[in-house]
Amino acid sequence: MKRTTLFVLLLWMSEKTIAQEKPIVFKGANIITVTGQTFSGGTMVVQNGKIIAVGAANIATPANATIVDAAGKTIMPGIVDTHSHLGGPQGGDATNPLNPEVRAMDAINPISDGFKKALAGGITTINIMPGSGHLMSGQTVYVKMREGKIIEDLLITNEKGVNGGMKMANGTNSIRNGNGFPGTRAKSASLDRELLLKAQEYKRKMERAGKDSSKLPERDLRMEPLVEVLNGKRIVHFHTHKYNDILTVIRLSKEFGFKPVLHHLSEGWMVAEEIAKAGLYCSIITIDAPGGKLEATNLSFKTGGVLEKAGVQVGFHTDDGITDSRLFLRSAALNVREGMSRQKALEGLTIVGAKMLDLSTRVGSLEEGKDADFVLLSGDPFSVYTKVEQTWVEGKKRYDISNPEDRAYLTGGYGVYSADRGEFHHHGDEEDGKQ
Amino acid sequence: MLQILIGYAQAQIAVKAETLYTATTSPIQNAVVLIEGGKIKAVGKAADITIPPNYKVIQAKTATPGLIDARTLIGISGILNISIDQDQLEKSSPVQPELRAMDAYNPNEALVKYARDCGVTTIHTGHGIGALFSGQTMIAKTKPGTTDNVIIKPLSMLAMTLGPSVSGNYSSPGTKAKEVSMIRAELIKAQDYQKKMSNKDSSKRPAFDMKMDVLSQLLKGEIKALITANSSVDIMNAIRIAKEFNLKLVLDGAAEAYLLIDEIKKAKAEIILHATMARNEDDMLNMTRESAALLTKAGIPVSIESGQEAYVPKTRIVLYEAALTLAFGQTFEEALKSITINPAKLLGIDQRVGSIETGKDADMVMYDGDPFEYTTHVCNVIIDGQVVTENESCK
Repeated sequence: MKRTTLFVLLLWMSEKTIAQEKPIVFKGANIITVTGQTFSGGTMVVQNGKIIAVGAANIATPANATIVDAAGKTIMPGIVDTHSHLGGPQGGDATNPLNPEVRAMDAINPISDGFKKALAGGITTINIMPGSGHLMSGQTVYVKMREGKIIEDLLITNEKGVNGGMKMANGTNSIRNGNGFPGTRAKSASLDRELLLKAQEYKRKMERAGKDSSKLPERDLRMEPLVEVLNGKRIVHFHTHKYNDILTVIRLSKEFGFKPVLHHLSEGWMVAEEIAKAGLYCSIITIDAPGGKLEATNLSFKTGGVLEKAGVQVGFHTDDGITDSRLFLRSAALNVREGMSRQKALEGLTIVGAKMLDLSTRVGSLEEGKDADFVLLSGDPFSVYTKVEQTWVEGKKRYDISNPEDRAYLTGGYGVYSADRGEFHHHGDEEDGKQ
Repeated sequence: MLQILIGYAQAQIAVKAETLYTATTSPIQNAVVLIEGGKIKAVGKAADITIPPNYKVIQAKTATPGLIDARTLIGISGILNISIDQDQLEKSSPVQPELRAMDAYNPNEALVKYARDCGVTTIHTGHGIGALFSGQTMIAKTKPGTTDNVIIKPLSMLAMTLGPSVSGNYSSPGTKAKEVSMIRAELIKAQDYQKKMSNKDSSKRPAFDMKMDVLSQLLKGEIKALITANSSVDIMNAIRIAKEFNLKLVLDGAAEAYLLIDEIKKAKAEIILHATMARNEDDMLNMTRESAALLTKAGIPVSIESGQEAYVPKTRIVLYEAALTLAFGQTFEEALKSITINPAKLLGIDQRVGSIETGKDADMVMYDGDPFEYTTHVCNVIIDGQVVTENESCK
């Protein structure tokens, strides 16, 4: 009797809380799954925030579905931006170069209209980075572009059970005067090593304690996330531009046994073989012209293609507000111009980006069972003439260009964006714009 | 000199383009352009033009006139962005109209080469934004050489700024009203100087004053007032000043110009529009990427600028900025005009550049596809009849 009641209760609850939404069937689009084949005139079925089916025109579809005629359109997975500053994240302050305990999450404004830029660009998953201007700016945060009032509404927990990484930087970015900041590259690396050695020791104490909580070391907010880094649970997202600085990151990663994602990589094309050998992911930025700071003078659209040929897994990022989330597809297109394959560029925007965040089981491709995050485009993803027409997150339409309010976020205009979006971050002393 | 002459003598080039965009006529399919002595000798259909035997032939999918950047800082604001290569703004005083652009211009700056390789053959460059009178601007070709060899106009306009960037650089002015009052005071001083200088008795004329001399040229309309103004208030302030002193006004940036179309037309102000990808921050918060299309449709010719960038990227590229206007309502034809013939007219150099016409300077860009498409390469660039860029990425 008791058991039956429970069963009925459960049934009732599932009806109430996870009520079966009416499925939506997208028909006739050029469906780029990224990890599998591209279906010309394909079909995709979405229900309860998940992809139920994706395939050719003739796949079985549920009878009660809402049909969306997407003939002539292109559907691709929701785009993953592996490095952005939307929402006003903050890292540590100017009192300390190493801030592992500081969380970007605690500063982000979840209703920031900056996020509308991401949606207008087809971006559905973002790694929001704190900083910069520190060796270690703080913990990054992985978010979905869901509608939400509090930051928890946007968070996504990854396969390792965390919802963020750790932001690190080297080169001129983290060189400052005073407050224990490094004045040279060698000092930068030594400060990193000193902290990571401490974290190794803290990790050993934790391991020795095992399940005996009385033997656990005293809680240390700075050490805890670094133990996650050393355990491979929390990914280090490492800002690094120059040839020598990239090699330094590889050296650190070998010494301490973590696998950072390399970010920016202005001179990544010079060390492609070394990066490939180290087996590290690269998230590259595409800037319309080199320069603006010493470390970016050798930046090139060729980077994506050169790294691809060396066998490196390449993703992209906006670094918004350095580049604009609304034009993120363009960043990949410019790498295609200079030698990256279209397939690898598409992967870089989606599945490879997802892997960099340990999120590839949920996002990054159009596959049955994955989150229904996708973008409906008017044409070829890499054309200037193509528009992002719709952006869907977990089965919900979050952006529609035919809605004038949404479209305004694409174009801009009077009073569209507020002045306090705060996606602009400060830099090292050497890097401040001189104007 | 001899070498240059020999160079020109050898530079007999025939450009064969599947589609030729001249900027002033309809596109020409299967076109040929003959180049000799640094000038365009003939333009037309391949069937109508015989290519002489000694001409070097360059094949292209498409070709356009050399691109013109209506307002940039390259050559003066360098790629490194450290104090030794930033000469666009002198912060000792907010009023320094006497500063000449050519005294700072470096034709061998890395960003000048970068722009050239992106098809930009003519630039209007010079002093930056952020002062009431930051200094003068100049016009140059982007080809390699000495400043004297590349300059088209050593003095083009006076760079002026209204808005928050000025108060950020100087202790005064600190407000919009103070900015306007200080500009008016300088121009009234210049009117007085002008009057005294026109005294028939030369012994009663004041001593020559570099600052006042340039402002007199401005008052006489010999040079244009290039006023960077983005908010509606600042744009109207620029228009009011121009009216009071009868200045030839070019509005630069003009982020909110789309709100003041009638006023701008009535004032006969010309527009150099901000980069399409400029950041919507500070006084450009209310910019729209549809501005180029909106202004064009209203009958205001648009010239697109790369503009001023303080950080990364250090410059933008007008080819890319015009391309983006296509995605926001502009037509192909007008997008091309905004970086060719429109700025040529605005800068008063359309007799020489801005379109592919017989007798004009042989400045051309060749591409392997739609010039505005993301995946298209600039393959060759020709300036004054010389091939200055050959891109190995093109087949």
